[in-house]
Amino acid sequence: MKAIAAHRHHRFVPAALLLLALLVTGAVYAAVVPGPASAAVMTTSDITAGQKLFTANCATCHGPSAEGRDGVPTLVGVGAASVDFQVSTGRMPMARNGPQAPATDPVFTTEQIAQLAAYVASLGAGPAVPSPEQVDPALGNAANGMALFRTNCAMCHGAIGAGGSLSEGKYAPRLGNSTPTQIYTAMLTGPQSMPVFNDANISPEEKRDIIAFLDAQLEGSPGGSDLGSVGPIAEALWVWVVGIGALIGAAVWIGAKSS
Amino acid sequence: MSDETTTGDLVRTSPDGESLPERFENPGLPPHRARLADTDPAADKRAERTVVVLFGISVLGTIGALVAYFALPSDGSVASVRQTTLLLGLGLFLAMAGIGIAAVHWAKTLMSDHERSENRHPQRSSDETRAAAIEVLREGVTDSGIARRGVLKGAVVSALALAPLAIAVPLVGEVGGDWNVSKFRHTLWERGRRLAKDPSGEFIKASDVTIGSVFHVIPDGLREADHWIEEKAKAVVLLVRLDPRVLVEAEDRKDWSYEGIVAYSKICTHVGCPVALYEQQTHHLLCPCHQSTFDIADGAKVVFGPAKRPLPQLPITVDEEGYLVAQDDFNEPIGPSFWERLK
Repeated sequence: MKAIAAHRHHRFVPAALLLLALLVTGAVYAAVVPGPASAAVMTTSDITAGQKLFTANCATCHGPSAEGRDGVPTLVGVGAASVDFQVSTGRMPMARNGPQAPATDPVFTTEQIAQLAAYVASLGAGPAVPSPEQVDPALGNAANGMALFRTNCAMCHGAIGAGGSLSEGKYAPRLGNSTPTQIYTAMLTGPQSMPVFNDANISPEEKRDIIAFLDAQLEGSPGGSDLGSVGPIAEALWVWVVGIGALIGAAVWIGAKSS
Repeated sequence: MSDETTTGDLVRTSPDGESLPERFENPGLPPHRARLADTDPAADKRAERTVVVLFGISVLGTIGALVAYFALPSDGSVASVRQTTLLLGLGLFLAMAGIGIAAVHWAKTLMSDHERSENRHPQRSSDETRAAAIEVLREGVTDSGIARRGVLKGAVVSALALAPLAIAVPLVGEVGGDWNVSKFRHTLWERGRRLAKDPSGEFIKASDVTIGSVFHVIPDGLREADHWIEEKAKAVVLLVRLDPRVLVEAEDRKDWSYEGIVAYSKICTHVGCPVALYEQQTHHLLCPCHQSTFDIADGAKVVFGPAKRPLPQLPITVDEEGYLVAQDDFNEPIGPSFWERLK
């Protein structure tokens, strides 16, 4: 220690100290600042891995180079957002033919989905998966989201996103189980029967408002049971069958003689 | 109903040989049957206890509701509002239903059980009463002198006939505001009016409408219009861009679309519900009320359901800035076919 202290006025000391300070700053910066989101840095190896997954699981229907065929859409140009939605909700790989692919447990891990998405995105430019900030319900305006939802979504998905039926066995699914990213990518890509709501139609901020509105519905109904939130038919059925039935039962009991 | 009740000469027999009476006679009241609580002191005590317990449940319900109100107040969150409502409602239900059920049970099991029957008296009044009533009416007519004072008769009839007009004319006159039904034939759309997004009112560039997307459209300047909500109900439009390969267009409507972008009225031609359930794969537009289905790729013709005519098409084009504008109003009344008769 004394030997170092003796050289503290050496002419190289400022340079050495500066170098040391730079090294420490760099190391602290690297440790503290998070790296860019993993989805944004898809490497060539990810695309290769995605291609392998695609060939094994998707190419049977979509074709070896994702060109599609009769009744099966091409995946060239659908983008990572579409893959993320379809695969993370378990709609793809499709288990069987039907009016529409139902949502199930996803087959692939998050990493595998990202690899598949990277491969499909590499085939042609398309919408990308949104960042966590773009889909954060806390940053959205739920009131504006409600106005947008009423105009653009409620006719199929119901007033609070409980879902509803379409023609010939198709249906608009319940939105309560969807993640904010899935709601965003669904609007962006228009899966299956759903139309596309591109960023010129509903801007990214407006999409986040809609996510905030749907997030607010997850707290449930303040009035107790919502009876499935499917509208006045279910509520009237409840009132007429259960409510009037109970009243008739009470009237019969009042009129009956005691044993 | 045994043999001794069969009177008269005609005795019919049922298929299994038993004799049946010609007509059923009044069987009278069933014999009085004592209740369990009337005969058995233990049952009496039991019924009393039941009533006491029911009143007790009511008291507990009241206490529970008060405890819920004071001890578990709502902090404004949805979950706490739900909990408070549930507990208050449950307490109130027990408090009220306990009293009601206890009172009915008390009356049925413990209060006196005498049965009385009262016969209905005939509805026709006696002859003296009827004659007296007619005499009173006749006296009234004679007294008023209406038979001999002809002018008076005319005056009273005129006054009575005219008086309701003071109520009826303003009432009928105010129905619907005015009687100009022809305004239902026209909407806010006119040559050069821009298409705007509902609800923001932003204009729509033709290049923004990509294939498969759907825009819900209102006319520009809607909010400035008189009775804008009524105008919106007539003017709402659905905007879709279709792949030119699937789009079928009538010869005289080739220039009503713009590069595959078509605009149709959102008001169902059946009974006027907003048709907006668009399935982009089949290009079918479904009405949620009665399942009328329109094929947007083929002139919005009806492919299913009770609607009788296609949705009216709004002819569109773009202005020099690239925004979508209407070429003209709809060329037919929108909505239910009833208005078509006004053409």
